[in-house]
Amino acid sequence: MMSSNISKNPENDHKINQSSQKNNHNQTNLKDLDPNNSNNFIDQNLNLENSIYSEISSKFTNKVKLKYSKFKRIKIYVEPEDIVEVAEFLKTNIGFDHAESVCGTDYPDDNSIEVIYHLSSYSREDLSPIIFALSTKTSRDNSRLPSLIRVFNSVEYHERETFEMLGVYFEGHPRNERFLLPEDWADIPPLRKDFQIKGR
Amino acid sequence: MSKEYDREFEKKFQETTRLGLEVVKESEEDRLMTLSVGPQHPGSGHFRFTIKVDGDYIVYCDPDPGYVHRGEEKMSEYRNFIQNIPHLERPVIHDSTNITYSYSLAVEELLGVEVPRRGQFIRAIASELNRQVYTLYWLAIYGIFLGHSTMFMWPAGDRELFIDLLTALSGARVTHAYNIPGGVRNDAPDGFKEKCLQYVKYFEKRLVEYEDIFYNNPLFRQRTENVGVLTKEDAINLGVTGSVLRASGIPHDIRKVEPYDVYDEIDFKVQYMKTCDSFARAYVPFLDMRESCNIIKQLLDKMPDSGEVRLKLQSNPKGQPGESYKRVESGRGALGYYIVSDGSPKPYRVKISVGSFRNILALPHLLVGSKLGDMPSIYWALNYWPVEADR
Repeated sequence: MMSSNISKNPENDHKINQSSQKNNHNQTNLKDLDPNNSNNFIDQNLNLENSIYSEISSKFTNKVKLKYSKFKRIKIYVEPEDIVEVAEFLKTNIGFDHAESVCGTDYPDDNSIEVIYHLSSYSREDLSPIIFALSTKTSRDNSRLPSLIRVFNSVEYHERETFEMLGVYFEGHPRNERFLLPEDWADIPPLRKDFQIKGR
Repeated sequence: MSKEYDREFEKKFQETTRLGLEVVKESEEDRLMTLSVGPQHPGSGHFRFTIKVDGDYIVYCDPDPGYVHRGEEKMSEYRNFIQNIPHLERPVIHDSTNITYSYSLAVEELLGVEVPRRGQFIRAIASELNRQVYTLYWLAIYGIFLGHSTMFMWPAGDRELFIDLLTALSGARVTHAYNIPGGVRNDAPDGFKEKCLQYVKYFEKRLVEYEDIFYNNPLFRQRTENVGVLTKEDAINLGVTGSVLRASGIPHDIRKVEPYDVYDEIDFKVQYMKTCDSFARAYVPFLDMRESCNIIKQLLDKMPDSGEVRLKLQSNPKGQPGESYKRVESGRGALGYYIVSDGSPKPYRVKISVGSFRNILALPHLLVGSKLGDMPSIYWALNYWPVEADR
């Protein structure tokens, strides 16, 4: 019913186009850009976001890759062996002091699981609106990553949840154990894509 | 918490009274008693935690959430962006407008649409009203936790005012499904503005009475003051959020820090306290309710009288490939949605980062070292909603 409304009413179509144009400075259109040149992803109007990234990239020249930098959101990618070092730098030198969330996403096509730490700050007021996504990847067969619990205490239960939901073992975490699932859970981690809800 | 209890003295005492008999040395394990609280305890509310007590003192605490885990994140991957709304509000039905608010904001970013101005105002009003409903319900339960039955009856009764207003908006008492990507489901009925203003003015008068009977009550103060102190450094370290964070002296409110929709046009102050104890954690939501009345009045004043409240989308909209993280201030603090879209009508991954889940980390930190009798006042002051934490 709604789709017929749109086609009948040209005004609404116009509105959608207008607003998507307006949001373009926030959304980087990945298709138009050369993925090998990370500079393309930087929007020049985002001063604070850019200064944070340039501070990180000057310290870790080849180790970090910028995924995107949009309004109040930054995402970088690091290799698993560098993640503790980068996280320590983010905490001590820049001021991201806690994790808002930790989550994993399963990509069966690449045979990889991406784990993302969403960091933010309470102690630095200008950083509070920013959510800094620190991402890394591990393989699906041998999913092991270093834990960030020594850097951010707040990741404790989030990492435990990621362990049971995606089967990523966090080395250095004291309790890679069941948390939310039932005690007699005897199936594969449920947020992996090959786990299917019964009857669907 | 200092332990005045002298263990060495007690051991010597036990040994001397058993003269002539074989001296049995008591091990540390024998001293401790393990208690399982919940998940069907009337106070804990679908949440289990194991504690060990040494006499009257709690020495160990292990939270075990998950009793009402429903797999909301997995379910979201099977439904399209619009179909997800009714089930995503189930984790916290008393705050159902806020939990779908950040979802709608995140989906709108992925779809690249913007909500009409009147829709933004009605959304903000509905979320403020719903936050009042939640906070009143929370306060009512806190009252019954501490054995104060008036504190249960009054907020539970006044909560109906806001439920009435939300029923007028959405047609449902608690599960509204009112926020949708693109705006709100339907416009406010005629006379809503006047009715809302009248109720809010009445509620402001009631808040004065609340302060007299609850917060100035010596019994309530004795049970909450200087109990469960969470220092500013610990609060930052543990990454707590919402009223727990603001009670530890950090003025952090998403409505101010990262204003969404029309909150940047509203003049309000972030309410916080510096005493860091359970009383502060109980008082900050009260201050929030008072400030929220101010916000509602300003929103009603600035709301355009007519106009579209929702942008009609396609029935099965497709998101741009990419990801979005949006958060709003709910009754329990920052409520964030991280949504990954692969360009299909269904989200590829939905992660709900809720305040309740983040605040559990403070529970063992506060309980260990405190007395067993302080457990209810510490636990419920964390503004913890078990169903939301389990998702």
